[in-house]
Amino acid sequence: MTCVEDLPYEVILSKASFAECREYVEKHCPRYCHVDPGFRLFDKYMIGVPPIAIGVDGNAVVFPFTKPCYGTFLLRIEDTEEIARLAPRLKPR
Amino acid sequence: MSPDAREALLLLGCPEVPVQQALALYLLGRLKAADYAVTCAGNPAVLQLLRVSDPDRHYIGPVVEIERCIGELAEKKRTPTLCVAFAHSDAGLTFAATARYLLPEARFVLLAFGREAETLAGLATFPCEKIVDVAVHNPTKLKRRIDEVLA
Repeated sequence: MTCVEDLPYEVILSKASFAECREYVEKHCPRYCHVDPGFRLFDKYMIGVPPIAIGVDGNAVVFPFTKPCYGTFLLRIEDTEEIARLAPRLKPR
Repeated sequence: MSPDAREALLLLGCPEVPVQQALALYLLGRLKAADYAVTCAGNPAVLQLLRVSDPDRHYIGPVVEIERCIGELAEKKRTPTLCVAFAHSDAGLTFAATARYLLPEARFVLLAFGREAETLAGLATFPCEKIVDVAVHNPTKLKRRIDEVLA
């Protein structure tokens, strides 16, 4: 299983709340979708308060990633395969 | 524990607030006495605290790393009938909301504690029974509420 922490990620928001991450995606990503907890992204089951907002900005996926002791981070990872998988769900901002 | 024991899950948050450890061990004892087979899920630090606190395993049973546990819930490999989720932070509430979504049939108890307890309980809009107190060091009030809820 891929570990998100091993992928080349950029941190957009650090130690944020889950709501702040959702709001950022909905306001700043040109395309986004909502998914439920347990949705698979980068081979991991997503953790979050539904609806979880996942954004697409250029060739990058923007998504929340929660660690128990550190809070939620909004990450940006370039991956066109994941974008293609998300494509049917995506809607413009 | 009988062969017919029901399955319960304790979803533990970051161990930085002291009451969590005491209440986790208390719940393990109480649920074991009620014939539940209890699994604890948490990050490596919280699971290690439990192991060190109970070297002869009088209370703790199986433990699982929390992200693996979420995966097992999503894959329906784990289907507890009772889940007690500890939350003293936004991250804890996020894990609780995830488990609630993945366990729609389970009895679900949210234990919100620490200085932000009331705010967190207000943010928990998913269906659950709530036990709420701003306790950081003294678990007495939360223990009393647990006794009432699980009576």
